[in-house]
Amino acid sequence: MSGQGAAVVAVVLVAVATMGAGVFGLRRARTTSDFYVASRAVSPRWNATAIGGEYLSAASYLGIAGLILAYGYDVLWYPVGYTAGYLVLLALVAAPLRRSGAYTLPDFAEIRLGSSIVRRMASGLVVLIGWLYLVPQLQGASLTLATQTAAPHWLGGLVVCTVVLTAVAVGGMRSITFAQAMQFWLKFLALLVPALVLLIVWEHRDAGLGQGYPTAPERTVVSLATDTTARLPVAESLAVEGRVDGVRVHGPIALAAGTHQFEKGSVVTLERGDVVPVITSLPAQRNESWLRPLGSGKDHPLYASLSLILAICLGTMGLPHVLVRFYTNPDGRDTRRTTLIVIVALSSFYLLPTVFGAIGRAFVPDLLLTGNTDATVLLLPQRLIGGEAGVLLSALVTAGAFAAFLSTASGLTVSVAGVLSQDVLGRRLPGSQRAQRIRMFQLGAVVAIGVPYLLSLPSEHLGLAAVVGLAFAIAAATFCPLLVLGVWWPRLTDVGAMAGLLVGGLLATAAVLVTMIAGPARGWSGALLEQPAAWAVPLTFVVMIGVSILTRSRVPADVGRVMIRLHAPESLAEELRSLDRSAL
Amino acid sequence: MQRVRITHPRTEAVRRMPTRPTSHEIDEQTQVGAVYMDSLIRSQRRLAVMVCLTITAVLVGTALLGALVPRFAQLRLLGVPLPWVVLGVLVYPVLIMLAAYTVRKAERNEHAFTELVRQR
Repeated sequence: MSGQGAAVVAVVLVAVATMGAGVFGLRRARTTSDFYVASRAVSPRWNATAIGGEYLSAASYLGIAGLILAYGYDVLWYPVGYTAGYLVLLALVAAPLRRSGAYTLPDFAEIRLGSSIVRRMASGLVVLIGWLYLVPQLQGASLTLATQTAAPHWLGGLVVCTVVLTAVAVGGMRSITFAQAMQFWLKFLALLVPALVLLIVWEHRDAGLGQGYPTAPERTVVSLATDTTARLPVAESLAVEGRVDGVRVHGPIALAAGTHQFEKGSVVTLERGDVVPVITSLPAQRNESWLRPLGSGKDHPLYASLSLILAICLGTMGLPHVLVRFYTNPDGRDTRRTTLIVIVALSSFYLLPTVFGAIGRAFVPDLLLTGNTDATVLLLPQRLIGGEAGVLLSALVTAGAFAAFLSTASGLTVSVAGVLSQDVLGRRLPGSQRAQRIRMFQLGAVVAIGVPYLLSLPSEHLGLAAVVGLAFAIAAATFCPLLVLGVWWPRLTDVGAMAGLLVGGLLATAAVLVTMIAGPARGWSGALLEQPAAWAVPLTFVVMIGVSILTRSRVPADVGRVMIRLHAPESLAEELRSLDRSAL
Repeated sequence: MQRVRITHPRTEAVRRMPTRPTSHEIDEQTQVGAVYMDSLIRSQRRLAVMVCLTITAVLVGTALLGALVPRFAQLRLLGVPLPWVVLGVLVYPVLIMLAAYTVRKAERNEHAFTELVRQR
């Protein structure tokens, strides 16, 4: 109970601090520009930690460690990709995008191509990607609260919605910059401290992973909340209360190697050294294979790894909440410097989930039976350390987790709400007074987070990091070609952009939907659908370039001027009239 | 064939002819201005392509090393399998160094362009 109490206190503290930062920011938010993008006057270091704070989501904080526990080495590509994505963004689009003077991705599309249709397609994609990214955040929040306390499974997500809407309603973007920067440090410390303690304890116990299949490190009682089909890699005798393979069981039972059905409500007691049955949605791998590259037990692992890297590296630039944050830099040069600091911050953070995942394989392997591997980070401190210290560390980890949900969810909500209020709701308000625009923005925020909350309620889900990976794939197959060609290739036309967005968007979304609804398929078709980036991104580039060449008469008349604005340094602002923003 | 005499017009009038600042050429998008902008965009694009190719080489190289060289997986550093050390730790400093290089080089390209425009 004291553990639960500490967790509740931690969640409340993070929520209050976030809302407090919102109220603090309110006094400074004077203009509409303040409200949307903090008037573009935040120093690189603040901005970089805020970007880091916003970017490190439930997928980074909980998801990666869980996937490492289940799949092993191949998952290390996720954090590497999340970091390398910023390097690609830095090299290809960071400064020119900032110089374009746009607030959002749809703004960029309109400035560059002068087409309101492309703008509206971009808006639709922002909403789609934003929602796909928000669902796992809210699921993660619900999972965390349910794991750490006895809360019902819908409560955590609702807490996040409430806090985000309150902060957004009172403060806008400026307040969020403060809150995000604070939350970066909270997340970093909340993983760093337990990780160090875990490493020391692990070293002390001298408990390597060992060969063979994962075994329980000590007596562990596992309650199954749903019907579970699990695979035992070897014959094992387990103590079960409940129903196994349709037979009522009350005590030890000898189970053959193979799959077994455990009925909802069964309680499995694993004794020290018992081989853990693995839910059929996860691979039952030996530890040797788990340690090896391409040993994750998926089909075509090399293709899956490479396509995943591509999706994450190229998708980062197309995430709606990432770009809007760059507009808060004063100029293109600061944008580059900010991105460099972001890469340093992410590199430090991403050393940590690996520690949790690897130690988790040794100390919470029972999560392989429930399939609830996203809880690895949450459960490890108490399981391995115990006592008062364990309670405190566990509360710290919970606080960090909520910081992750709140920061990413608020960033996404602001971006999606901005697009909704400008392109969907705001269109009907030609006068657009400040108060009215802000009210539209707030209404947009309710829609922006309300819909994904409803979508997050059904309890089944793929791993958090996996769903986020799908959002990256769609962003890579649509916005990446639009931005890269828009910045570097003057001959891009509006029709070319439309065709590319349509083809890339539809194909990637279809692949994602099939994977989410039907579950991962086997063989090549499954691999291609689960990781669509490797074929969808080049295809979109080809379509955009090809159709642009066919419609070359439609190259925008002012493209020369736009290119000057995207690339000429601000140091020439006095000489170059093209850089004069008031001329717009 | 006709002989043509070519002489340099050594008159003050030519020398004093007012020169148009490069920034005007760029603003008015004359051919000269386009050449200047092209040189900037091309230098930045070359940098972008080079950085992306380096990232690709590093990441794909690591993936292929893991896939094609079984010995790579058997090596250990301080008890930790080498592939984990490479992908879990060592990649990150490489990414940071590449990012620092990108920022420096991009700023240098812009500085050179500014000097060029202000020269005349």
